[in-house]
Amino acid sequence: MAEFRMPSLGSDMEAGTLVEWLVKPGDSVKHGDIIAVVETQKGAIEIEIFETGEVEQFLVDIGTKVPVGTPLAKIRTEQEVNAGIDIKPSQEALVIEPPATMSIAPHPIWPPISAVSPPPTIGRMRASPAARRLARSCNVNLAAVVGSGPGGAIIFKDIERQLTAATMTVEKKSPKGLDLDAMRVAIAAAMARSKREIPHYYLEHQVDVTPCEAWLARMNATRPPESRLLMGAVAMKAVALAVRRFPTFNGFYVNGKFEPSSGVHPGMAIAIRGGGLAAPAIHDADRLSCDALMASMRDLVARMRSSHIRSSEIADATVTISSLGERGVDALYGVIYPPQVAIVGFGKVVARPWIVDDAVLPRSIVSITLSGDHRVSDGHGGALFLAEIGKLLQEPGKL
Amino acid sequence: MKDLDIGAVLREELGNIAPEIDMNSVDPYLDLREALDIDSMDFLNFITAIHHRFGINIPEIDYPKLTTLDAAVSYLKAKLG
Repeated sequence: MAEFRMPSLGSDMEAGTLVEWLVKPGDSVKHGDIIAVVETQKGAIEIEIFETGEVEQFLVDIGTKVPVGTPLAKIRTEQEVNAGIDIKPSQEALVIEPPATMSIAPHPIWPPISAVSPPPTIGRMRASPAARRLARSCNVNLAAVVGSGPGGAIIFKDIERQLTAATMTVEKKSPKGLDLDAMRVAIAAAMARSKREIPHYYLEHQVDVTPCEAWLARMNATRPPESRLLMGAVAMKAVALAVRRFPTFNGFYVNGKFEPSSGVHPGMAIAIRGGGLAAPAIHDADRLSCDALMASMRDLVARMRSSHIRSSEIADATVTISSLGERGVDALYGVIYPPQVAIVGFGKVVARPWIVDDAVLPRSIVSITLSGDHRVSDGHGGALFLAEIGKLLQEPGKL
Repeated sequence: MKDLDIGAVLREELGNIAPEIDMNSVDPYLDLREALDIDSMDFLNFITAIHHRFGINIPEIDYPKLTTLDAAVSYLKAKLG
């Protein structure tokens, strides 16, 4: 018997909320199948299973927030299935009631960054755990519920009745796509934490990217559309190489100290249509060619836009890069995504009069900004870091 | 290929990029990037899709000729002969 557990989707993740099962007990699953959706601070994530076998039993209710590592389901492994080991009929698993062992599981104190709304005040109200969970997930105030259990305790059915009576429209999560409301809550939690904990400083540096544009035009002239490059890929490569030289912008601030990352995994901020934002990481971007980087970025954007974010694709970004694109603004000052310590912003490329060798020429200029964490770095280092990015962009062919 | 067919294919491909927008309500004379809120990567995907659907490799230098649905139809019509 194997267990399917709440995965860790980042060092800042302590718990996740089970939003949906995409399988049912008795279903066959194989390595890599997406079997559940979990809501985290990074949004709603499709979770893959790494076992092959058969779903035996669900252990956690929909809407329950559980710590990382908590078993969510029992899985009969392939060997067990083949050996015909029948453990018990799976029908009973449809009654979503957690086994008694769940209550023994360590109950961590949720950090203040919790992405779910705080549980209603319950005072000394007597209620069953299942009732409390349902009440919490549906935002029902237990104080307003009349209990019908032993000694007037509130049981699961009471909450159900309350929900029906109040004809509350409990919004149904869309089966596969992203829950943009949940994502907004997650963004709010992460950004509020950032602004509360991180002393940001901001720098802006204007860079002449005319050489980059010329290089891109030359490269793309002979390429079919599917292998063309965009400025974004070149920019990401430049940032990836620059953080390698300036490691205080690449890593995590955890437990009161900075832990630089040995790998360079920039998160690419991607706007979700309909409102929302995610920043999945591109692994070892400093070691990828511009072509490989471009392919990764296209793939990531496509997956993100089609709402197929998988747990294995939400890795720990070590620094974030944000660009509002060609129709965007001249400059953007990002909010650092904790526990990261820096976010680099690219404004849109604009034509500006620029002095080159004592002559005023029309050049393509981009504002590159840095929001840095003052606990880890200072403006001086930040300025050198931005200057390095600018320098790298002067010779895109060498990136 | 008739105008209508080209237009229908373009609307279909744009629909894949901006699924929440009703493509039949898009003004054919509006800048696509504004009308559909698409960025340079979306536009590149659109150009890539045209390449696959019509076999026409649109060079970057011609991008400005495809900024509206109407202009894109005219451009492709001329290219397809």
